[in-house]
Amino acid sequence: MLPFIGRRVLTAIPTLLIVTLMVFGIQRALPGDPALMLAGEQQDPAVIAFIRAKYRLDEPVPVQYAVWLGQVVRGDLGVSLRTNERVLDLIASKLPVTIELSILSLLVALVIAIPTGVVAAVKKGRAADYGGTILALTGLSIPNFWLGIMLILLISVRLGWLPASGYVPLSEGVWENLRRMIMPAFVLGTGLAAVLMRQMRSSMLGVLKQDFVRTAHAKGQSGATVVVRHALRNALIPVVTILGLQLGALLSGAVLTEQVFTLPGFGKLVVDAVFNRDYAVVQGVVVVTAVAYIAINLVVDVLYAVLDPRIAAR
Amino acid sequence: MGARLIRWLTLVVCAALVGGALAQATLRIGLAEDPDVLDPDLARTYVGRIVFASLCDKLFDIDTTAAVVPQLATGYATAADGLTVTIDIRSGVKFHDGTDLDAEAVKYNLDRSVNLPGSNRASELAQLESVTVVDADTVELHLSTPFSPLIAQLADRAGMMVSPTAAEAAGENFGNAPVCAGPFKFVERVSQDRIVLERFADYWDAANVLIDRVVFLPIPDSSVRLANLQSGDLQMIERPAPTDLGAMRADTNLVIPSTASLGYQGITINESKGGARTDPLARDVRVREAFELAIDRNVINDVVFDGEFLVGNQPVPPTSPWYVADMPVPGRDLERARALLDEAGVDRVSFEMMVANNPEAIRTGEVIQAMVAEAGFDITLRATEFATALDLQEQGQYFAFPVGWSGRIDPDGNIHAFHTCDGGLNESGYCDPEVDELLNAARAAGTMEERYDLYRQALERYLPDRHIIYLYHTQLFFPHTVDLQGFQAYPDGLIRLQGVSLN
Repeated sequence: MLPFIGRRVLTAIPTLLIVTLMVFGIQRALPGDPALMLAGEQQDPAVIAFIRAKYRLDEPVPVQYAVWLGQVVRGDLGVSLRTNERVLDLIASKLPVTIELSILSLLVALVIAIPTGVVAAVKKGRAADYGGTILALTGLSIPNFWLGIMLILLISVRLGWLPASGYVPLSEGVWENLRRMIMPAFVLGTGLAAVLMRQMRSSMLGVLKQDFVRTAHAKGQSGATVVVRHALRNALIPVVTILGLQLGALLSGAVLTEQVFTLPGFGKLVVDAVFNRDYAVVQGVVVVTAVAYIAINLVVDVLYAVLDPRIAAR
Repeated sequence: MGARLIRWLTLVVCAALVGGALAQATLRIGLAEDPDVLDPDLARTYVGRIVFASLCDKLFDIDTTAAVVPQLATGYATAADGLTVTIDIRSGVKFHDGTDLDAEAVKYNLDRSVNLPGSNRASELAQLESVTVVDADTVELHLSTPFSPLIAQLADRAGMMVSPTAAEAAGENFGNAPVCAGPFKFVERVSQDRIVLERFADYWDAANVLIDRVVFLPIPDSSVRLANLQSGDLQMIERPAPTDLGAMRADTNLVIPSTASLGYQGITINESKGGARTDPLARDVRVREAFELAIDRNVINDVVFDGEFLVGNQPVPPTSPWYVADMPVPGRDLERARALLDEAGVDRVSFEMMVANNPEAIRTGEVIQAMVAEAGFDITLRATEFATALDLQEQGQYFAFPVGWSGRIDPDGNIHAFHTCDGGLNESGYCDPEVDELLNAARAAGTMEERYDLYRQALERYLPDRHIIYLYHTQLFFPHTVDLQGFQAYPDGLIRLQGVSLN
């Protein structure tokens, strides 16, 4: 097992290097000069020269890359060009927001998708099925940001039920936190719910045709019990797989949702950093994300290997 | 059991009341952007100045008419040769960390503004050679050349005083937890989310500070900012969309103080930035005049800004004492515009106009595009993201670019850097040594009359060249809820909270 893990860690290194090279290269290929952005309205030449020297922007890109990589290896992601805060601190303060948003959206998606998917499958070809399909199509077709703005206008402005934007940490009150999270989680969750609902429906249809379901009916169990106790568990397996695949989509959806609701999360951090040409922040975010992806994949692979030793042997 | 229940209930009610009272004294303000670093010497954004107004007092301030008034200074005197300025400092003032604000502290601050690596204030105080401490409450500023805008500079970030003790201790991280001498002290900042300040008990004018806590929340989207105000989550916002003002005026829960800004919006035309240019717009002043005559400023104001802004044609708004009234805003004159193009020997002129990539700038561009087409200009709009636009402008890779300036208290700040040959903000490449001479003389001149006359003479030379076509001046609006009282709008756009209370 250990040699297997060692091999996987070693192959992760070139992957990370390629990712860092890409983000470094693409950022510097973009038009726009961080020194000009940082110098602000006054564009004082002395200040611009100082910024270039301080952040080594005047050096050749390969040198900048080597210096930066050296820092990263030592666990230092540098400081934000814009606010002078440590990039690691920035990421650490934003990550909980995005994680909470993702988890809540996932919950919203599951709560909507599973019952509607099941009902649509059981009532196939009837009004409930068509209703569910229309709902799913609507959920898929409505852009997140538009739904967000409409909800703000209706729920916050018209009805005054929930705050329109912002974030309160969980430590400062669960209710205050949730009040601000409900709308973003709903917006992000509905798009995902549509995908999951369609998956739930087709997977359920497949399961309902299988022998064990017929046996359960034959034993005299009620329709609801058969669906919930026997069919649902089996039908959920492909849904969970899709769910895993959709996590990436959830993160990119979070970028837009965070913008609309002014949630200070990971997505907003990176979008603002790109617009401000805050190289250090963009690079830091990409590195952390890449490491997280690689780590998760590694854990999954190791789990597979534990479950099926033949994988490790290969 | 009953007694315990009553005691418990009383506790809950008391806690609720206390909580309510605390909540009432917290003022939440929605900002249009996230401020940059909170160090007055390194800071560079307009929005950052709004936060500084509560955090860092300055040697001087302005009143609602933009006239300079004392703040941490109590007065000043300029020597006859204009080379020495003596400033009297308010005694008994303390910084947030308890350090005394005395002449030594003022000297430390002015030296810091000039010498701190990367200081954005160094160029504002370029004429300052040295500062000497006369006694505990007096400093002398020695200048290399007479510089009339000095006191106005000290009524902005260059005049903000930071605690020398804290600045020495924090080094280049001072901006992460600034310590100043303003009415509120720094509590915390979560970037892109909030900046929290609380009342400073030992403030020199403490009786005038009636709010316990201020929270600044950057909310870039103007409709979301407004939604938060209307839902009661914020008590004040800055820079609302002009097109939302109608709805806001209809809301009886809101009041909208406003004032004309010190800045301007105009079109900068590239004459020779980044090398000699051969396009008709750069080459021929008649083409630029035709371009200006094809534009109806009132149409831009009405269509894009619901008529809420102020049209203009000079670097200062028509409401300013520095405005030259006998050079009024020109009207649209299509016939004359076409005749000028004929004279210049061109039939139709085509070029690309770079516009910032936001709805207002694009709409402005489209209105201009439609108007000038009637005179014979075929312009294409190139919506460009801000960082890219700055870069292209710096390299001179543009024909025309509608861009603005937030404005400074002294007219020098709106004019000198834009129209002198080596001016730091001269993005057009315009150069007229005579204008340089006039604008430098205006810096040195002592009286307002002398300076006004010099600015007028310079204006008569650079305005007809039309390398910047001034279009309009934004009006600053500060919509707030009716329970906020005592707020006044200032032309520098800063939110001053002295005397402001929440009911």
